[in-house]
Amino acid sequence: MRPLAPWWDIRDLGNAVGALLEWLADVGAPSWLTYVVSSLVGMLALLGWALGSQLFFIWAERRLIARMQVRLGPNRAGPFGLLQPIADALKVLAKEMVTPRGADRILFWLAPIAVVVPAITVLAVFPFGERMVLADLNVGVLYLAAISSTAIFFVFVAGWSSSNKYSLLGAMRSVAMLISYEVVQVLALLSVPIFVGSMRLGDIVAWQRDYNAWLVFLQPLALLGFIIASAVEVNRTPTDIAEAESEIVAGYHTEYGGIRWGMFQLAEYIAGFAVAAVMATLWLGGWTLWGLEEWVPGWVIFLAKVYGAFFLFIWLRGTLPRLRIDQLMGFAWKFLLPLMLLNTLLAGLEVLVWRETGAPAAVVLPAFALGNLALTGGLVVGWAVLLGQLRPERRPARPLLVRELGAIYYRPLEEAREA
Amino acid sequence: MTGEPLVVNVGPQHPSTHGVFRMKLTLDGERIVDCEMIMGYLHRSMEKLAEERSWTQNIPFTDRTDYLAAMTGNLAYCLAVEKLASIEVPPRAHFIRTIMAELQRIASHCMAIGTFVNDCGAWHTPLMYMLREREKVLDLFELACGARLTTNYMRIGGVARDLPPEFLPRLRAFVQEMPQRIREYEELLVENEIIVARARGIGVLPADKAIAYSVSGPMLRGSGVAWDIRKADPYAAYDRVEFDIPVGTHGDCYDRFLVRLAEMRQSVRILEQALDMIPPGPVQTPVPLALRPPPGEAYGRIESPRGELGFYVVSDGGPSPFRFHIRPPSLINLTPLPEMVRGLTVADAIITLGSVDIVVGEVDR
Repeated sequence: MRPLAPWWDIRDLGNAVGALLEWLADVGAPSWLTYVVSSLVGMLALLGWALGSQLFFIWAERRLIARMQVRLGPNRAGPFGLLQPIADALKVLAKEMVTPRGADRILFWLAPIAVVVPAITVLAVFPFGERMVLADLNVGVLYLAAISSTAIFFVFVAGWSSSNKYSLLGAMRSVAMLISYEVVQVLALLSVPIFVGSMRLGDIVAWQRDYNAWLVFLQPLALLGFIIASAVEVNRTPTDIAEAESEIVAGYHTEYGGIRWGMFQLAEYIAGFAVAAVMATLWLGGWTLWGLEEWVPGWVIFLAKVYGAFFLFIWLRGTLPRLRIDQLMGFAWKFLLPLMLLNTLLAGLEVLVWRETGAPAAVVLPAFALGNLALTGGLVVGWAVLLGQLRPERRPARPLLVRELGAIYYRPLEEAREA
Repeated sequence: MTGEPLVVNVGPQHPSTHGVFRMKLTLDGERIVDCEMIMGYLHRSMEKLAEERSWTQNIPFTDRTDYLAAMTGNLAYCLAVEKLASIEVPPRAHFIRTIMAELQRIASHCMAIGTFVNDCGAWHTPLMYMLREREKVLDLFELACGARLTTNYMRIGGVARDLPPEFLPRLRAFVQEMPQRIREYEELLVENEIIVARARGIGVLPADKAIAYSVSGPMLRGSGVAWDIRKADPYAAYDRVEFDIPVGTHGDCYDRFLVRLAEMRQSVRILEQALDMIPPGPVQTPVPLALRPPPGEAYGRIESPRGELGFYVVSDGGPSPFRFHIRPPSLINLTPLPEMVRGLTVADAIITLGSVDIVVGEVDR
């Protein structure tokens, strides 16, 4: 790590905090005070960032999706409708919070508060810059996987305590889905520490900077698996089954209104940012950009990557229909899980080869990258063929065009399957 | 492992029941054990009300049964009364009626496909594209008769007024643009992996069952039965235009969706021909305002966007119908729903309902 720069060096906001802590130590504050101050500054900064980003992205998502849907989106409140999220937030705050008669009052009240906690806690380990990390854990990747999955517990509490059948169905779906996709997600995450040899997120970024190789090139399959698994986790189409509007109204938060509903939305958005930040840190080089971080603040690069990754989810939402729950589960267990297991094995083998032969990184890494890219394409297509995704009845069709009346062209699907 | 079955009410207020329709689903986990349909929330007693009004005054009712296809409602009723009173319709009116009916089919199918894909979980994107095209049709309607939804354009003996001079050029522009738009939908939706996975083999209605349930329209054709009243019992100018009948092969939701999309293409074909063939001349046969058809009965039927829309009218020689009965395609297409959804999941039931394409105003009347 580089030595502390003067406090006004905004390339890394950690400099300012470091200067503050040094000053505190100089004036003779006890060590616990510096600890408390640094934690408080970090927590407030993360919370502010998360809330600010959410407000911005409520607007951005609505505008972007509106553009995809040949309409304009919110454009009345303020310039370009920029004040729309403020208006929405005020509306949500002012609304009455109704508790259904049959609800378990305490759990019903607790769930929306508790669901935000893991979403925000997860943000603590991301390095926004070299020093801009609240908790530089040496088990960062494990922490991500562990904390982000606890939110589902409160989602289930919400669905259960609402005493509503739609809520219960939504909550059951959430849990079933999360259990399946958590496995995939962890396996996808695992391939990164295998390559880097450390679970500390700072080390992972440093490794990518030192070797000048983003892990997306070395582990494309893992990133693909992670994107799909995390789309499930943040509940966005094509996998928003837990709150499928056209089926179960709003899923687990059907009975919630006002700010309680707002808390669920908040948790979902922050979880989305967290997932995007994982993608940016683990696979896209974090706050580095091939030397550009010397001039542009690292955190600007990092945020650009995070928002870019988050845009992917918005794009997906504007494009794809929803899968059915059994199809989604089948996809996890039959398609993604074997591929992720294979990928983990492959990553291990590659690292072993690299270590045993002692070949220079300049030779080994491009070879691995090309090999893994080809393998990813081959595996995805090959597995799809093997699973019968290209069976005749799964192919798009066109109806017959006939002129004569009265004939019957019906053929059961089973016959077509056998043919 | 079996437990107590869960009864879930889908509707009358639910995001995807397309109106106030209620499905009482008995679930075992996510599987549907039983489905009970509860209708009548939108009953407005149209058939009885019509017996108190004159023959001409009943035309606005036919707008409001199937409010997504007002033109075809008008047309079916006018055909029935014309048959009853033996009124001849001038050739230009025949063509105007054909044009309006086909435009209405495009608009209605846009809505049907859009909401069906919405039920599949697409977050409004295809629906918005479809609504864009539907707007153009509604603009054309506005040009012709001043109203967009409840048009009240057809009259007994013709149509209310002639087309304004700018109508046909604008229609031609629409007809030229539409095939490209339909191709866009086909690329976006027909070859969409998720839609195929969701809709293939779901909500299957075999051909024999479809006939037994007296199902009609795109649902019947989706089940593989080549049947279209425009060919079987031609009305308006349909005997003078060429078109094909799209027929599905497996009778599932995907086939019904495909048939609707292909029918839009055929509608554009019919419009193209009608544009070239439309003759000049009067658009209405003079009919007395207080029409008193001779005693008797008549059944006029057309191929509405949803299927066979029929009006059975009985006259006792008086100024208003003695009996006014509607054969609503939505209601009859809906009847096999419990059989179609049994054993499927909730998500499948929703898209099956979407693929039936009901208009609750017509189901309940």
